[in-house]
Amino acid sequence: MDGTVTDVGVQPVTLARRQFDSLVIGAGGGGLRAALQLATADANVAVVSKVFPTRSHTVAAQGGINAALANVLPDNWHWHMYDTIKGSDYLGDQDAIEYMCRSASHLVYELEHAGVPFSRLDDGKIYQRPFGGQSQNFGGEQAARTCAAADRTGHAMLHTLYQQNIHAKTHFFDEYFAIDLIKDDEGFVLGALVLEIETGKPLLIEAKTTLIATGGAGQLFRTNTNARINTGDGMGMALRAGIPLQDMEFFQFHPTGVAGRGMLLTEGARGEGGYLINKDGERFMERYAPHAKDLASRDVVSRAISTEVREGRGCGPDGEYVLLKLDHLGRDVLQKRLPGISDTIRTFLHIDPAEEPVPVFPTAHYTMGGIPTNRHGQVVVPIDQGEEVIPGLYAAGECACVSVHGANRLGGNSLLDIVVFGRAAGNDIIEYLSNNRYHRRLDEASVDKAVDHLQRWDLQGEGESVANLRNELQLTMEKYCGVFRTEVVLAEGIEKVLELQQRMADVRLQDHSRIFNTARIEAMELENLFDIAVATVVSAHARQESRGAHSRIDYPERDDVHWLKHSLYYKRDRRLDYKPVTLKPISVESFPPKERVY
Amino acid sequence: MDPQASSQDRTLHERARLQWQCRRGMLELDAMLQDFMDKRYDDLTPAELQAFEMLLKAPDQLLLDYLMGHAIPIDTEVANVAQQIRYAAGP
Repeated sequence: MDGTVTDVGVQPVTLARRQFDSLVIGAGGGGLRAALQLATADANVAVVSKVFPTRSHTVAAQGGINAALANVLPDNWHWHMYDTIKGSDYLGDQDAIEYMCRSASHLVYELEHAGVPFSRLDDGKIYQRPFGGQSQNFGGEQAARTCAAADRTGHAMLHTLYQQNIHAKTHFFDEYFAIDLIKDDEGFVLGALVLEIETGKPLLIEAKTTLIATGGAGQLFRTNTNARINTGDGMGMALRAGIPLQDMEFFQFHPTGVAGRGMLLTEGARGEGGYLINKDGERFMERYAPHAKDLASRDVVSRAISTEVREGRGCGPDGEYVLLKLDHLGRDVLQKRLPGISDTIRTFLHIDPAEEPVPVFPTAHYTMGGIPTNRHGQVVVPIDQGEEVIPGLYAAGECACVSVHGANRLGGNSLLDIVVFGRAAGNDIIEYLSNNRYHRRLDEASVDKAVDHLQRWDLQGEGESVANLRNELQLTMEKYCGVFRTEVVLAEGIEKVLELQQRMADVRLQDHSRIFNTARIEAMELENLFDIAVATVVSAHARQESRGAHSRIDYPERDDVHWLKHSLYYKRDRRLDYKPVTLKPISVESFPPKERVY
Repeated sequence: MDPQASSQDRTLHERARLQWQCRRGMLELDAMLQDFMDKRYDDLTPAELQAFEMLLKAPDQLLLDYLMGHAIPIDTEVANVAQQIRYAAGP
């Protein structure tokens, strides 16, 4: 194709090219923290973001960021490390977890100095709140480890990091969509083909290093808490570049989301006395958890709701949800103790929770799996008995699997993950750049392949619509790869997702204009979702045990003998491979797997 | 924008551009803004359209406060549009 692109119906245009030392794809907390590290080291860094950077999903993180500052209760990083490993159901890599927990205090102070307005104690120190899964002294009393800027920690962090990047002269490509990585025959990643959404023009960004920081893929499921942008674009790009995705079967769900819409209704609703009923008005949690009932752990409640719906006891015209009863609490209690939830319910369902019960269903929240990296943010793949680094490629944040969350993530650890490993990746990139001073020769075949991928969407004619196929995929994933997982259900899920994916070939866009052609972006987002969906359902089908967020009804126990290992899914031949969990920390004794009791 | 484009194209492009500005970092904003685009966009007066654009410039957290009624924009036209978005949300 000789570096030119044919604009449909228009004259050919030359493919514009730009060179940078380093390319960062994604402008959430992970991408911006890495970019800041690079820009302050005088690297020439480009950040590509499909939406304006401060509209990245980090902005939605309300909970806070964990660090063992011991400002409220006694604490230290080693206890935080223990809690994180236990929370991960022993699937987390202990070297990465040690590194994260040891770095936490330093990074929180750094954010404080950068201007994040953390909530304070009377003595001026950073306030810390207790959160589920936090303990003192390796499983003892509750700890208070989460630092927060009121209920908008993610927002404060994102804006602070963005402003610092502007100050450090990071080059932003706002509203550019990344299509594919450019890779040469020797396996070096050389940048990416991106698309300017406003003009529809492709741009080739050549870079000595590329960091993927594109966030999670909550849009795999119909009911999810994620912003619409969370379509796992970087994970899709990695798969197409021959890189596996790790531990994709582990997806965190919250039991109570607004049915059909996904907004999270926190545990607080049940903590205050709310309870769940099925279509017969039965308090069904009494059957599943006779003691804890509606306050049973998240996975138990999620599975119970899903079982009620599957067995025909769901509510509504299609029996697709159960009801959360709050009206007995009275209007005053609801207004005083659950104002946020009451607002959400009124706004999105037009229901008054003081009068009527609320339709709920488990809602997908966080992708534990992702692009396999080591604790330096380098993307790694297995080779013979060990691992090799993909030269020039890095990943950080929710799109990566380093793996600090293992089979389940603790609250307050995701904001920590993004700053710790965004910074670590930045540091490693600086070293890489000092050893790789020149751009490698561009691989034109790889560029052509990426351009062909983009041009596929110029095909005209009648065909399937993106919106319909996306809805079908989300419904299928919810039904066959949600919280209710068995051999039969997952096998059927693989079949159905693959059938749907085949129909992607028949999708045609009706809008072929260039300017703000969001239909084309949505089509490429759906391609990414399909690749990730297959990775998720195939990995879930293979893992015959229950661990953390992956819960199999036919294999209810954790099986450390056969399954204390990471899954790796390759797009080519839909192949699965496995690699051992790193049980050896950097400097302390290992925490051997034991039964997880809270 | 292409000066040759017809006014119909320009209207479509304008809508698509705003549609992309409605892609935000939070599900709640995505849902409310999408409901509003679907139900109300075609009926907006030029003044309301301008106010809608101004509103979309607000950072996500502030925008959420405006749309949920926890804060009120100073500009009355913008405040009016924020209220319309809140009422358009949901079934």
